[in-house]
Amino acid sequence: MGINRREFLRIAGIASLWGLGGKTAFEILKPGALEAQMRAPLTQGKKWAMVIDTRKFKSQADFQRCIEACNKTHNIPKVDLKRQEIKWIWQEHYENAFPDDQHQFLPEGLEHKPFLVLCNHCTNPPCVRVCPTQATFKRPDGIVMMDYHRCIGCRFCMAGCPYGSRSFNWGDPRRFIKEPSNRDYPTRSKGVVEKCNFCEERIAKGLYPACVEASNGALIFGDLENPNSELRKMLKENYSIRRKPSLGTQPNVYYLV
Amino acid sequence: MYDSNKIIPGLIIFVILVTFPLWYNLGKAAAKPDPKIDTPVIKEMKEKQCIEPKAAMKTTHMKILDQWRNDVVRGPYNRLYTAADGKIYDMSLQNGCLKCHSNKTQFCDQCHNYLQVKPYCWDCHIVPKEKQ
Repeated sequence: MGINRREFLRIAGIASLWGLGGKTAFEILKPGALEAQMRAPLTQGKKWAMVIDTRKFKSQADFQRCIEACNKTHNIPKVDLKRQEIKWIWQEHYENAFPDDQHQFLPEGLEHKPFLVLCNHCTNPPCVRVCPTQATFKRPDGIVMMDYHRCIGCRFCMAGCPYGSRSFNWGDPRRFIKEPSNRDYPTRSKGVVEKCNFCEERIAKGLYPACVEASNGALIFGDLENPNSELRKMLKENYSIRRKPSLGTQPNVYYLV
Repeated sequence: MYDSNKIIPGLIIFVILVTFPLWYNLGKAAAKPDPKIDTPVIKEMKEKQCIEPKAAMKTTHMKILDQWRNDVVRGPYNRLYTAADGKIYDMSLQNGCLKCHSNKTQFCDQCHNYLQVKPYCWDCHIVPKEKQ
C-alpha cells in the first residue's frame, strides 16, 4: 500500500513549487511582510550598526549629552589619572579619529572639529582574534561583546584594537564610584578590560542605546541588514565615512560629514 | 642522641605550632549559618517560593547562576528562565535574585562565610542597600 515512487516524486515536486510560488506571491503582494514575520528574535541574524551625523554636533553640550548618558547607564568611573581613564564613548580630534584621510585642503574648521567615537563593533574585529580566553567575542547580531567573567586582563585586545576603544581597569573602579548611577547594571572589577557594548542590555529589552536616546537624532541606530531601516536610508542618501577603513576591520559605525 | 637538649624542645615547639589551630579553636564551634528571608518583598509573598524548591536551591543555586550568566552573556541570549512549576523569571542576579533577597549579609553571606567560599559576584554586581 502507500504511494509508489512516481507518486511521491510528483507530490514532492508540486509541494516545492507551491512553496516557492507562495513566497514569491507574498513578496509581490506585500513586500517585506513575510520577511518581517519570518524574522528571528531580536538578537539573531542581524547586524547592528550606528550612523553618527557629525553635522548635528554643533556644541560641546551635544557631545556631553551622549557621553553622560552612557557613563550614567553603565556606571563608568571618572578616573582622575588621564592614562588610566575608562572610556566607552568619547571625543576625538579629526586627525586622530580619521588619520587615513588627511590632506592640506580640508574644509575650513574640519581639522579642529571633535568627533564622537566609540567601539566600532567591527565585522572583522581584531580584538576578538587576539583574545586568548574568548572573553571578547562576536555575537550573531554583530555586537562585539565582553564577558567580564572570563577576562584575564592580558590586554592583548587593547593592542589589537586600532581605535583605542578599550580601557583597562588598573584598580578597582569602585574607588571612583561613590554612588552607582544605575543600580540595575553592574560595575567592573579590577583587572578587566572594558568597552562599549552597544547597550546590548537595553537592546534585549527593545530599547535604543543610551547615547542614541540622548542624542536628539544625531545618532541613528539600526539593523544594517534590514534594507528598510532608517539607518540604511541615511546611508543611502548621504555620503558616509568610517574610521581607518584601510585596515580591513569593517567598522559598523558610520560617520556622515 | 646528640644535641637532644635542642632537638627535643624544638620538636615540642613544632608540634605546638602545628596543632595550634586545633586547640586554639577547641570548644568554639562556629555559629550555625542562619540565612534569613525576612525582606520586605518576601514578606509580602503569599507563597514563599523561590524559583525552585528550597532543597534544590540550596545545592544548585551556584549551578543555576553559572548557567544563567553563560546564557545571558555568551548566548543563546535567552534572558528568561522557566522554572519547574512553569513560572518565568528574569535570568539575573542583580535584577532577579537580589530583588527578593535584598539582604546579602543576612542571606548570601551566612553560608558563604561559614563555608569559607568567596564568590566574586559582588566585585561587579551591585548589592542592594541594607538597613543597618
